[in-house]
Amino acid sequence: MDLDALAGCLSSSACLVTQTTSGLIIGMLLFLVAVGLTLIFGVLKVVNFSHGAFYMFGAYFAMTAYQLTGSFALAMLAGAAGTAALGLIFERVFMSRVYGADVLMQLLVCYAFVLIFDDVVRIIWGPEFKSMGMPAAFQVMPLFIAGGVVPPYYLLLIGVALVAAVVLGAGLSRTRIGKVIRAAAHNPGMVSALGINTGLIYGGVFALGGMLAGLAGALAAPVRSLTPGMGFSVLIESFIVTVIGGMGSILGALIGALLLGLIRSYGSLGFPLFTEGLMYLFMVIVLVSKPTGLFGKEAA
Amino acid sequence: MTELEAGGAGTLAPVRSGAAPGRYRDILIALIAFAVLASLPLFTGSKALLDFVIRCSAYGLFATSLNLLVGYTGLTSFGHGMFFGLGAYSFGLIMQKLGVPIPVAFVATLAITAVIAAVIGAICVRLKEIYFAFVTLAFQMLIHSTILSWASFTGGDQGLRGGIPRPSFLGINLANHVHLYIASCALLILGLLAMRQIAQSPFGFTLRMIRDNAARASFLGIDVWRAKLTVFVLAALFASMGGMVMALFVSGAYPEFAYWTISGEGIFINMLGGVSTFLGPMVGTVLLLLLNDTVTRFTEYHGIVLGIVILFFALGLRKGLLDFVAEWFSQRRDAGKGH
Repeated sequence: MDLDALAGCLSSSACLVTQTTSGLIIGMLLFLVAVGLTLIFGVLKVVNFSHGAFYMFGAYFAMTAYQLTGSFALAMLAGAAGTAALGLIFERVFMSRVYGADVLMQLLVCYAFVLIFDDVVRIIWGPEFKSMGMPAAFQVMPLFIAGGVVPPYYLLLIGVALVAAVVLGAGLSRTRIGKVIRAAAHNPGMVSALGINTGLIYGGVFALGGMLAGLAGALAAPVRSLTPGMGFSVLIESFIVTVIGGMGSILGALIGALLLGLIRSYGSLGFPLFTEGLMYLFMVIVLVSKPTGLFGKEAA
Repeated sequence: MTELEAGGAGTLAPVRSGAAPGRYRDILIALIAFAVLASLPLFTGSKALLDFVIRCSAYGLFATSLNLLVGYTGLTSFGHGMFFGLGAYSFGLIMQKLGVPIPVAFVATLAITAVIAAVIGAICVRLKEIYFAFVTLAFQMLIHSTILSWASFTGGDQGLRGGIPRPSFLGINLANHVHLYIASCALLILGLLAMRQIAQSPFGFTLRMIRDNAARASFLGIDVWRAKLTVFVLAALFASMGGMVMALFVSGAYPEFAYWTISGEGIFINMLGGVSTFLGPMVGTVLLLLLNDTVTRFTEYHGIVLGIVILFFALGLRKGLLDFVAEWFSQRRDAGKGH
């Protein structure tokens, strides 16, 4: 424990800005992964245990596209589109077979793919740590806000995640497709009876969830190192986010992710060895006091 | 076993009247199994085979205890591995720091596990399915983080090193490989027999009723929360026993023993062997360890092979191996009756 460091940071505006931005980017990346997880759970009622793999593939796709084309925008696109396609195939070919089955069966299928995907990455890109490097466009002077250092890339990252949150929230509540998706989450049999292809909706939602995780991976690629198995800690953390925020709630995922990001960045100052423990402790406290999460509804 | 279950499937009464002979039969089977396992060192000097059986004992105790929760009570715990780790660490620490005789450390570890399991269980068992799974997972990770960060006491990410002292007691010297092997087999058989008694007792049938319809059980005057908590603590005790066997075997304890992957493996073992029969998890344990050992020998990419095998079970068979075999036999028997 190092409470002096934490207190020292809290009294300095420079440190506050730095720690808060680093907490925000951790939180925003987590949000993108977690919102896909919560969306898939909300509509398909499946806990996608292999969601971390999409984050990993997003990062690797982006790195390869960046190395081939040198364009940052294309790298982001490759990360998002590649994982969307992967999500669609994964859902249609494998997950759709276990919808009626036991939760354990669904988890096992996902667990199998966690193992397979990690090895696939190891075969294609090798087992060693990789790095994509910061694109030239962002290699500029960092901004100084109240004495704290904020790299411009962090602002882009936070901006993209916020846009994604708004588009997703508005899309689900305002558009026709959003209505159909919410209806399918509520009563798939009725939606199907109305002549809407629910299989297509399920595949689409899974692809969307995969795409968001892939986008998070692509955005993280310049600032994180890439390694097979990198999806795993992200997966566990985004589980914590969805459980804290409430399964199926987008707002919950946003709040939960930001809380967790801030706990991580400030916790690493005050409790360097117990940072992870703090997150789990927070989850236990939330769940014991409100088992459905902060924004979750009572299970029907 | 299947006969007993098939006979009892129609009404409850025959099961109760058949319980006593069933118990004698179970004890007989246990004695035979122990005799076979214990005589193994007489026929083979293969250390690898004995090691394999010791690892099967540790994992088998753990996986079968998980089945008490998953298969019998319908409590899908994602954090059962915490008790495996807890057993290994408490036992190792007690032996290293206090230097008491092994049986004392064994009983003390069980007592510690019972207290911690009662506290965690009291919080968890009132939660519903997926939330129960996640909170148990969170507790597991909390214990794992504690082990990692409390380095001065637990050795942190290095694990408990320096070996666990294994003083002789009652003429049993666990530093001797054959003695350790026979002790592990004895613990496995005794543990399985005890769990079998729990599963076949009226309490065991109460658990099945809670699994099938908790509301009805509650209307019949059963305190569901209390029954769930009781089985949670009981299962934790057997998992802790498995952890102790593991700690004795590797003469140490490592943070991986408390990591969530142990729980994941436990669930996988259960699915592999089958949750509808008592010995399913034991079959799953042997299968998984065999699979792990052979696959790692042939390829470095064992994730792919293991993943494909899991897919085969999950999408192809759609049930565990022993479930599949039991169903196949009962179908054949029914077909035979038809003619």
